Amino acid sequence: MTSILAALVFVAGFAAYFVGRQRATALAGANPAEMHSRPSYHGFFGFLIVVICGFGALILVNLVSSYQMNSAMMSTIAERLPSSSNIERQLIVSDARALAVGAVASASDDLRQELAASFARMANIWAWVRVLGVLGLVAMAFLYAQNKVSLTWRARNQSEFLVQIVLGVMATIAVLTTVGIVLSLIFETLSFFSKIDWRIDKFLFGTTWSPLSGVHSGEMDADKVGAIPLFAGTLMITMIAMVVAVPIGLFAAIYLSDFASPRFRAIAKPMLEILAGIPTVVYGFFAAITVAPLFRGAGDSIGIPIASESALVAGMVMGIMIIPFISSLSDDVINAVPQALRDGSYGLGATRAETITKVVLPAALPGIVSAALLGFSRAVGETMIVVMAAGQGANLTANPFEAVTTVTVQIVMLITGDTEAETAAGPAFTLGFTLFCVTLLMNVAAQRIVARYREMYD
Amino acid sequence: MDDLRLVERDVDANNVKISAQKVQVYYGSNHAIKDVDVDIEDKTVTAFIGPSGCGKSTFLRCLNRMNDTIDVCRVEGTINLDGEDIYDERVDPVQLRAKVGMVFQKPNPFPKSIYDNVAYGPRIHGLASNKADLDVIVEKSLRRGAIWDEVKDRLDAPGTGLSGGQQQRLCIARAVATEPEVLLMDEPCSALDPIATAQVEELIDELRQRYSVVIVTHSMQQAARVSQKTAFFHLGNLVEFGETGQIFTNPEDPRTESYITGRIG
Repeated sequence: MTSILAALVFVAGFAAYFVGRQRATALAGANPAEMHSRPSYHGFFGFLIVVICGFGALILVNLVSSYQMNSAMMSTIAERLPSSSNIERQLIVSDARALAVGAVASASDDLRQELAASFARMANIWAWVRVLGVLGLVAMAFLYAQNKVSLTWRARNQSEFLVQIVLGVMATIAVLTTVGIVLSLIFETLSFFSKIDWRIDKFLFGTTWSPLSGVHSGEMDADKVGAIPLFAGTLMITMIAMVVAVPIGLFAAIYLSDFASPRFRAIAKPMLEILAGIPTVVYGFFAAITVAPLFRGAGDSIGIPIASESALVAGMVMGIMIIPFISSLSDDVINAVPQALRDGSYGLGATRAETITKVVLPAALPGIVSAALLGFSRAVGETMIVVMAAGQGANLTANPFEAVTTVTVQIVMLITGDTEAETAAGPAFTLGFTLFCVTLLMNVAAQRIVARYREMYD
Repeated sequence: MDDLRLVERDVDANNVKISAQKVQVYYGSNHAIKDVDVDIEDKTVTAFIGPSGCGKSTFLRCLNRMNDTIDVCRVEGTINLDGEDIYDERVDPVQLRAKVGMVFQKPNPFPKSIYDNVAYGPRIHGLASNKADLDVIVEKSLRRGAIWDEVKDRLDAPGTGLSGGQQQRLCIARAVATEPEVLLMDEPCSALDPIATAQVEELIDELRQRYSVVIVTHSMQQAARVSQKTAFFHLGNLVEFGETGQIFTNPEDPRTESYITGRIG
């Protein structure tokens, strides 16, 4: 029903475009220059106002109708079953809806049947309201637009204004979504902290992480939520990844931008970027199934015990994953250093190595640093590789050959585990919020540095 | 062209600094420079003039092998600096460029301090054994670049923060700091206003005391003002080469006459 209406709105919009353009063309006659706006703008204005009004009405009617029907049913249930909990009432409402459209409900009784019948009645009325409301508004918008067509009507300015509003609404949706996610993170984090009596220090500095052991009905033991082993594991794996990725990525970028022949570059650069296209889950089982046994075997043969799940393997594979980010971004900033600077250096008798180390790299350094920071924040947030290759036990160790766990791994374990969502969500959201803060700081720092770098050449 | 100072050109008794014979330059399959023979004299300003795309900048860049950095570029023929072929295998272009400095069309100071910009060349070539020596070189070079008085109080300020004319004079000071024997200038004033241009031209005249200067320019007035010798390039050929006064008052080739009177170009 709604999709047919939406299609109709579009048809009306296109009609408004062609009719409006036609009328404007006819009005302009032999002297189109006398008209303020080109005919297609008159058409475009009609299209915009019809589509905006049509969809606005559609969304509004749908919101109001679902709210009205829901609250009507809820009040009926409240009358009949005053002692029922909110969750039970919602279950009854969704069952009634299911019965009304002939789908499978969890149970069927008199109340549900009655509600289903009243739901069907209301839905029927709302369907007519929807059709009449939307089509009526569309018709009014259509007539309004056609009526406006005249020599002096500023259709171009008006349609530009409408486009601006549409763009603004879209931007607002994007921003509000982000704000919503952040707010939900914050509220869940606060509610978790309230469960451990605001012992935030226990979370940030405690060394025992076992939040769900011995947990009953949402209670949390403040002594078992120490996230230090997680932070330490994350940091160790990230550092190993950076040690692998920064030199390889940076040197690869220098080679590609200043030494490689154009032909080699044309082949090698896309090859490097393919690395970025490999799904992280593939890296994950590559680490767990191929790299880890290799390292364990090598360790055995020289007498170093390497666990089959180790920080070293996870970090190295993660480093390989990050190489293309660092090399690609560094390559871009190194290429952005003007050729004139290189020429200036060569013209003074500098060698290629001197030119790169004394002129090109210092000029590109802010960009390279921000590339490394972006790589770092990716490594901190990376999940699949560590889930498969790093281990699950919250083990506080400085030995990279042992299994460690990370913040992301623990979030996965909490959410995919058997514990009910309300209990597991608290620590998971809190870890997520911590991760979010760290990554945000990194990204802000990286952007600051890039911004400062841009000022230098533009 | 009333401002042409054509009289009183004291061309010294000259020895040839750079001698080019039968130079050909190819960009891929494009034959950019055809059979160019030029003798550039010491302590003389030589101007290369000609319409855009005639190959004068390309030829200039052959003189310190800057074209080596362009992959598709190929140079044939001989170019001798003090009698030695600079395209010989034994010649290191890095050492050559220390002797044949270059100033570019657009000022290109490094994103470093004014001091570090000038000290760049002396540092990489090890011309100063200690900080005091380096200070002396930097001051001397900035004075020769006619910019010392303007920047002496802010040597630590970034070179990119100077005005366009100051940047170009800084680049000249930077080129002079390595004590080159020849200074190549590729349209050094095209990005500058008339006042900065006049300062740079005055500077070029002073540089002539010590160096051989080769300048590419689009401004015929500039060529007439600063140079003693002028070479006119057209479509990759060296059409005419001789005393500046001769070229501008009594050119032999009809193409030269057409160009300097504004009929072609």
